[in-house]
Amino acid sequence: MSKKGIETLVGAFVLLGILGLLFLALKAANLASFSSRDTYTLQARFDNIGGLKVRAPVRSAGVTVGRVSGISLDGKTYQGVVTMELEKGFQFPKDTSAKILTAGLLGDQYIGLEPGGDEKNLIAGDVIKQTQSAVVLENLIGQFLFNKAADAGSGEGGGKK
Amino acid sequence: MTNPITWLGAGTLNWLRSMGAATYFFVDLLKNSPAAVRRFMLVVAQIHAIGNLSLVIILASGVAVGFVLALQMYYALVTYGATESLGLIVNLALVRELGPVVTALLFAGRAGTSLTAEIGLMKAGEQLAAMEMMAIDPKSRVLAPRFLGGIVSMPILAILFSTVGILGAYVVAVLLIGVDEGNFWSIMQGRVDVWRDVGNGIVKSAVFGLICTFVALYQGYETEATPEGVAYATTRTVVISSLGVLGMDFILTALMFSTP
Amino acid sequence: MSQPLIRIDHVTFGYDASRTILNDVSLEFQRGKVTAILGGSGCGKTTLLRLIGGMVSANKGQVVFDGEVVDARNKEQLFKLRRRLGMLFQFGALFTDLTVFENVAFPLREHTDLPETMIRDIVLMKLNAVGLRGAAPLRISQVSGGMARRIALARSMALDPEVVMYDEPFAGLDPISMGVTANLIRRLNDTTGGTSLVVSHDVQECFMICDYAYLMSSRGVVVAHGRPEELNASEDPEVRQFIRGEPDGPVRFHYPARPLAEDLQVKA
Repeated sequence: MSKKGIETLVGAFVLLGILGLLFLALKAANLASFSSRDTYTLQARFDNIGGLKVRAPVRSAGVTVGRVSGISLDGKTYQGVVTMELEKGFQFPKDTSAKILTAGLLGDQYIGLEPGGDEKNLIAGDVIKQTQSAVVLENLIGQFLFNKAADAGSGEGGGKK
Repeated sequence: MTNPITWLGAGTLNWLRSMGAATYFFVDLLKNSPAAVRRFMLVVAQIHAIGNLSLVIILASGVAVGFVLALQMYYALVTYGATESLGLIVNLALVRELGPVVTALLFAGRAGTSLTAEIGLMKAGEQLAAMEMMAIDPKSRVLAPRFLGGIVSMPILAILFSTVGILGAYVVAVLLIGVDEGNFWSIMQGRVDVWRDVGNGIVKSAVFGLICTFVALYQGYETEATPEGVAYATTRTVVISSLGVLGMDFILTALMFSTP
Repeated sequence: MSQPLIRIDHVTFGYDASRTILNDVSLEFQRGKVTAILGGSGCGKTTLLRLIGGMVSANKGQVVFDGEVVDARNKEQLFKLRRRLGMLFQFGALFTDLTVFENVAFPLREHTDLPETMIRDIVLMKLNAVGLRGAAPLRISQVSGGMARRIALARSMALDPEVVMYDEPFAGLDPISMGVTANLIRRLNDTTGGTSLVVSHDVQECFMICDYAYLMSSRGVVVAHGRPEELNASEDPEVRQFIRGEPDGPVRFHYPARPLAEDLQVKA
């Protein structure tokens, strides 16, 4: 096998590898989304972020408009601070609310944005004022049981009077 | 009465000595690698011998594994009505685990044994001694290029394995079984992370490449210069490489994927 | 006698503690001469060559090359030393993945910056000197044993070394090839003015070409040394047995064993 022949084959081998890598990265993974498009940063504070994870989608009316880029805890107010990157093409009014919703019944959690009616839009670095924390299943069950107990109690109390 | 104890003691000392010798050898390979990079044509020739010539078995196995994965995962998912996640599961299984590990095992079997036999026979035929007497260090001329060739080839082979695996799974799942094509790709794209999954997989395969190539070269270099010696050495290469790969896989997986 | 080019000075050597291969041996190799090292198998002849080449270190004593003590751990010194040495291994030790041409060109390509055209000329000349210029494009698997030996000789001469060491150059050759090889060794030595060390157990061929010879025994000692005529005329029973090829003498025919009657369990 001549030297030129070997070089060509090895070059082809490495090229195949790069193509495979591109396939895996673009077609089979999430590199194609949001890595190169222009984004702006917004923040939102929640009492409980539930199971929200970094890279979770930010959706409005079900359309993905951005991604969660960071989650941290505010040391003073003990609130969860969620940082997200939104595509520059999507603008939201200043009184938009952010909710932590669940995809499907037991799926992953994401941030849903519901636009308000303000004329001015959120700009980079703004903090979303209205937020609704994630629904924590234990609290829900606890509340349900408490309500049930309260109903039973007041019913009895009423009956006793 | 003392025989088992002396046997154990001697065995342990022997094992320690061979670990020490292996470490020296590894350090030597690293020391000679820069020189091999300068003579890049040698490395290229080795990438051809190790990587290119392994392509057939890697691609064939990749497609086969992709087929089987798609089939098996389909049967598992159809019970929960979650067949649209088939693409995602196949992808993660391949890119995170099966790609690096199966490629490494096949590599140890094909390229590893070929390296061990080649080096062993060169040693038996006094070729390495002849090189030394010509004032050429066989470690930098013969061993280091093969070492680098193996480390470069392995990730490429693992990537190709995963790629054809996913394509094979696509053929079975979408074209044959009838899983929805859009879901197959979009759910996969939504949940597979380039850096965490694909990237970690590549790191794994580079580590495996290092292990398999090193073991193969060391076994060849230390073999007895007889036919039985070489045969025994090739067997040891496969066994030690495989165990090393599986062991490292556990450690790396724990490090890389412990937090969901 | 002028200063010898290579001197083995009271060297004792063994690969491990259980077996000593060389026992306090001293040899001298004169510049410009062909010196033979004769002896049966396992008497340490090849080990001597490895000591000179710095592949192993003597347990006791030293090896002196051109006035300098050979230190097997001094990589720089070894590098310079080995550039002046050419070694012909017993079965050629050719690189099986290269062609004949590439084998001979190997030391030139590794150690010099000569352009390919010059290398080509040198390689063809070396192959011509051993009569194998036409075999240049062949693969190693296609050449015979005798040819392989000659190609290895051409390769060891590629850098025109001062000293050439031959490890059993005649072993396993037919009479014609043996004659060719012996002729080559002598001619190359004389035309280049170099020094040759021939390790062999082929007495007749060696005596035809060497100027001086050492005879070693399996105990790892030098039994006798001198010019071929002197050794031929020697009265020492060990020397006579080796030179004449007598089956029994100081080197016993039988491996040590119990008496035959005992082994066959025959009552006397």
